[in-house]
Amino acid sequence: MDRVPVLKLGDILIVSIQIDLQDQSVLALQEDLANKVVETGARGVIIDITAVEIVDSFIGRMLATIAAISRMLDAETVVVGMRPAVAITLVELGLSLGGVRTALNLEKGVALLNHIDGSEIATATR
Amino acid sequence: MTTPAEMPIHGNSDIVLIRQRVRTAAVEVGLSLVDQTKVVTAASELARNALVYAGGGQVRIEVVHNGVRRGLRLAFSDDGPGIPDLDQALTDGWTTGGGLGLGLSGSRRLMDEFELKSAPGEGTLVTVTKWAR
Repeated sequence: MDRVPVLKLGDILIVSIQIDLQDQSVLALQEDLANKVVETGARGVIIDITAVEIVDSFIGRMLATIAAISRMLDAETVVVGMRPAVAITLVELGLSLGGVRTALNLEKGVALLNHIDGSEIATATR
Repeated sequence: MTTPAEMPIHGNSDIVLIRQRVRTAAVEVGLSLVDQTKVVTAASELARNALVYAGGGQVRIEVVHNGVRRGLRLAFSDDGPGIPDLDQALTDGWTTGGGLGLGLSGSRRLMDEFELKSAPGEGTLVTVTKWAR
């Protein structure tokens, strides 16, 4: 089974999915990410799916689950790089990924996380 | 790729192989990028259904013709327990397998033609077709 590497950049974890995901790899990634969030105290998780040609309901549910787990562990998840054909297919499939934040690319994903973090700190210190 | 081609569905790795093979066939038939993505996604859903609900099965991948139009037809068959209530099985969100309940209903939306044949004890046959535009 191929494992997807989890990279750390500051307080953000970055996962770039470059392989055709097998179901076991998807489950392993959930666990790896949850452990890494706690271990590093990361505030954000970015999942880059630029190279992903299809997102079926299993992978879609994985993205939603990772977002939910990360939120439990005090980190926000942003999915970046979704291809237009994948977005069209997902909506038609009936999966709109309501609970998952998205950004068009990695740069915008990082900006979004910094923005969320900044506004939360502003609220907390008010 | 020569068609028809038969591929087994025995494990998770077969789902990945089927996605790749269906993608190749979809390109050869001349489907647009969006339609390729829809067909491959539907294939992934239906192959996983065969695995989860019937413990496995097979898929037949076939190029079909309607006049000058070309299409890609996929037939997923299994010898599993079958589906007692077809209407219920085609309802969004209905699942007995712990999934999202979008496999059958979602695949029907993604494809141009969709046929479901099943009865308790007689396995399940899902045939879907996408036509090149």
